[in-house]
Order: sequence, then structure tokens, then C-alpha cells
Amino acid sequence: MEIFGVPSALFGSQLLIGLINGSFYAILSLGLAIIFGLLNIINFAHGAQYMMGAFVAWIALAKFGVNYWVALLLAPILVGALGVVLERTMLSKLYKLDHLYGLLLTFGLALIFEGVFRDQFGISGQSYEVPELLQGGVNLGFMFMPIYRGWVVVAALAVCFGTWFMIEKTKLGAYLRAGTENPQIVQALGINVPLLITFTYGYGVALAAFAGVLAAPIYQVSPQMGSNLIIVVFAVVVIGGMGSIMGSIVTGLGLGLVEGLTRVFYPEASAVVVFFIMVIVLLVRPAGLFGRAV
Amino acid sequence: MSRNLSMFARATPLLFGALFVLGLVAPFAVYPTFLMKILCFGLFACAFNLLLGFAGLLSFGHAAFLGTAGYVCGMLVRDAGVTPEVGILGGTLAAGILGWVFGVLAIRRSGIYFAMITLALAQMVFFFALQWRATGGEDGLQGVPRGHLFGVIDLSNNLAMYYLVFAVFCIGFFIIYRAIHSPFGQILKAIRENEPRAVSLGYDVTKFKLLAFVLSAALAGLAGATKTLVFQLASLTDVHWHMSGEVVLMTLLGGLGTILGPLAGAAVIVSLQSELADKVGSWVTVIMGAIFVLCVLLFRRGIVGELQALIRRSGVN
Repeated sequence: MEIFGVPSALFGSQLLIGLINGSFYAILSLGLAIIFGLLNIINFAHGAQYMMGAFVAWIALAKFGVNYWVALLLAPILVGALGVVLERTMLSKLYKLDHLYGLLLTFGLALIFEGVFRDQFGISGQSYEVPELLQGGVNLGFMFMPIYRGWVVVAALAVCFGTWFMIEKTKLGAYLRAGTENPQIVQALGINVPLLITFTYGYGVALAAFAGVLAAPIYQVSPQMGSNLIIVVFAVVVIGGMGSIMGSIVTGLGLGLVEGLTRVFYPEASAVVVFFIMVIVLLVRPAGLFGRAV
Repeated sequence: MSRNLSMFARATPLLFGALFVLGLVAPFAVYPTFLMKILCFGLFACAFNLLLGFAGLLSFGHAAFLGTAGYVCGMLVRDAGVTPEVGILGGTLAAGILGWVFGVLAIRRSGIYFAMITLALAQMVFFFALQWRATGGEDGLQGVPRGHLFGVIDLSNNLAMYYLVFAVFCIGFFIIYRAIHSPFGQILKAIRENEPRAVSLGYDVTKFKLLAFVLSAALAGLAGATKTLVFQLASLTDVHWHMSGEVVLMTLLGGLGTILGPLAGAAVIVSLQSELADKVGSWVTVIMGAIFVLCVLLFRRGIVGELQALIRRSGVN
């Protein structure tokens, strides 16, 4: 069976890879969007925090024999807690200043994290075995799908939609959205806005770490795994426009698929196709696909 | 206060004169290659500062201009066999054109978005440099000859090369100095301080921002092309986004929006890197990151900015 002259198995597997990459883009740009919404800071350390999530899972298994499922919970909590400390001790000092200082501070933090992990673990990647429960694959008729990859897509989507639900449909989410619009009034209504901000940053960071654990069995766990990914995610954010939570999820998945398709038809361009789309979107809709004009 | 300012005004030519003489005699006291590295990165940081310090535009993709100019200059000199000055001019021109393209796209958004767009565009340049065969991929352009300046002066002599780099730096620095102390520079500052107001005063803000961006990109290219001749190499590190971050660090550490700060910042960072590189390994990155964090949290005025504030305070007392 062929699709556009390409064997369907190849077509399907590239689309699946695209969907998986897209899931990571979606979780990471969602985390960035949440942090940006309330803190007005682009969290440049997001890629490093994703990397740390993967390393927590790897260390937990290699050194302490802690399995994947525990790590999936443990890594977001640990890395998220570190995020809370960073927000309390450093980021909170910058809110009155130009937003750019937040970007620069988190950039510095990213360098520190990356350097420390490179010193401890070297630049060569570590591999993390797929958990027993999710080993093997299923034949979908037109292609063979490893179960773990299917699980990544499902888990990522579940977390994304859970987050969307929390923000759009719950009381906590309502506070969060109100805090984004007008922190002063929300504060005057008796809601602890600084606490809300701290929680938000911690949650955004935890999302990145969660993505890191999901990624560990697929990609090599290495200190640089986040640093190149994060720039693609920035492009995703520019394309999506960061205006809406749903926007970042849809854009992330969509761009992953586009990247996968490009790999089928013109592999050389797959690394830059997202940036090309960014240029086109900027020319046509500078505020992004889902963005509100600023 | 006005007495202080006039004191500054009188001291400035003296300071520049002293630095100029220092630059002339320096290669007899310090290893010239090290000095050339400082001057190249100093010019790069000064060019970057023109944009961030005076127009308030944080470009996170300036490595693209440094690197592209380096590759273009390297290809012109090594593969097309032109003289070094033509190579430098070619690299500068290429960076200027690339700057125009980046500028047109990025200036549509401001603040954090502007930074992210320039970063993403620069990453695109990185992938081109990585995949295009002519740039040498992972290996970069190696064995670029320094050649003969104007076909006469042999630049393989380190001292001759140094004075060329010093001249290039002085020209670049003078252009930046003139740009800042001109009506154009005043308009840039007005845009940085209050953009809506600058618009309401009737200035075509987009045009001025774009002009500043192109100028900054071309000067960054001037630094990159010169650097390629010095080290006879154009490599992927020059287009990697870590380099874009490094130039932000140099500028921030030296003093954002001060005229000499970026040079001071470049000198400190280059010295640190060459001192530490083989001693501490990966900790270089950690130390750079820590300096970044400290600069942002504790002394946002940078070395030169803090010094100026100190002089000002002691002047008042």
C-alpha cells in the first residue's frame, strides 16, 4: 500500500514520530504559556528543566532502582519544587523590572544546570529502558507501532487536556485567569497572588519535567537534550501566539505532524520547516495563529 | 550635576586617547592573538549594545551575523582567492543583508517575542551552516589564509594582523560612537524610553528600529569576518545560539547602554574563558551562567555602569 508514492509503513511511522515530537512541543509550549501568562517571563530554563526531569528518572532507576511509574510522579515533584525555590529566591525579585531580565536570568540558570549535568554525566547520552508493561508493539495493519510511543501520545494529551480543564473549568483556574488579567484587583479580593504565581511557576516547571520522563525511553538522556528542543518550542510559541492554552496544544501537535511529513518528502528541510512556517506566519499574522494582537 | 557632566565631557577624550595609546602598545606586552580575540568580541558586543543598550531591542540571534560574515569572508578569501580587505567587506555586507531580512521579520513584534523570533531565525542559519556542504558542516571552514592586505602587507605576521584588527575595531567603534551621539541615536533612545510617544512625535519608529538593526548586524559581521581571518577558521560555534547568549552576557556584565562597557565585558569573559578552559572543563558554562544570574540579580548596571555611578556619587559629595 502506498500513500502519495510513499510506502504506507514509512509514511505512518514518520507521522507517528511527528505526533510524538508534537506531543512534546505541546507540553513544553503549554508550560511556557502558563508561566508567561502569570509571570510575564519566558522561561528560558524550560529546556534544562525538561532535561532534569529525564535525568531524575534515569538516576532514580540506575542508582536507586526506582521504576518508571514512580519516576513519572517523582521527577515533576522534585524539579517542580526546585522551580518553586527559584521563583521565591530569584524570579520574584524581577517582576517590577523589564520582562527581558526574566528571560536573561532563566537563560543564566539554564547554563548552570546544563554545565552541572555535563560535568557529572559527560556529553554522551544515557539510555533508559522502556518499562516492562509498555514493551513490544502492535500491528495496526498499515504499520507497526511500539506500544510505548502510543502511550507517550496518550499520556501527553491527557496531561495537556487535564491542564486545560483545570485552567478553563475550575475555580483555581478562574483565579489564575483573573490574576493574569489584573493581579491588583485579584489581590484586593483577598486572593494570595504571590502564592498563585509561585504555584504556577512550579506547575509549569513540573510539566517540563514530566515531558522529560516521557522522553527518557525514546531519546538519549543527555545534558543537551533540552537546549536544541527549546528553540523549536520558542518557534512553536511564536507561531501559536501564546494567547490561549488550547492554542499552544493544537499548534504543538500540528507542527510536530508537519515536521514528520516533511521528513517523508524532503528530509533535509525537516530541521528548519518549523522556522520557515514561523517566518510565513509572521508575515501574514504577526500576532500568531491563536494570539491576540498586542 | 552639570559640573559633573562637564567633568565627564572633559575626561572622555582623555580616556579615549589613553585607551588608544594602550591599544597601540599592548601587543608588545601581551600575546597579540589574545588581544585580537578581545578586540573582535569587543566590537561584536559594542555592535550588540547599540541595539539593546540604545534602542532597547534584545536580539537573541546575533551569532547569526557574526557567523555568517565569518563563513562568507572565509569562502571569499579561501575559495575565491580575494584579498583580505575584500573578504572582510564581503562578510560585513552579507551580515548587513541578513540583518535586514531578520529585522523586517522580527520588528513586527516587540519585547520577549522579538527575542524569540531572532533566536529562531538564527537557529535556521545554524542548520544551514550545519547541512550545507560549502560551509564544511561539523568541521567548519578550515585553513582560511590571512593573505596580503591590499595585496602588499603580509598578515601572517601576528603584529601586522593585530594592527589591522585594531584599526577595524577603531573604525567600528567610531561608527557606533557617532551613531549614538547623533540625532539618530537620540531618536533610538526616545524609542527605547517611550515608543508610543516617539510615534506620536511623528517618527517612523519601524524605520529607525530597522536601521539600527541593520547597522548592528553589519558591525557584528565586521567583527565576525575579522575574527575568521585572525583564527583562519569559521566554525559552527560562531553561529550557535550559545554565542548569541555570550554576547548578551558580555554586554550585560560590562554595562548595558554604556559606550565602553561591552568592550570591558568582552575582555573579562574572553580572559575568563582562556584562563579556565583547560582547568575546570564543564564548569566554564556553570561560571558563565552564575555571572549571568549575579548580573541580573545584583548589579544590572554592569562594571562600567557601576563605576560611572560611583564617580557620580563621589562627585556630588
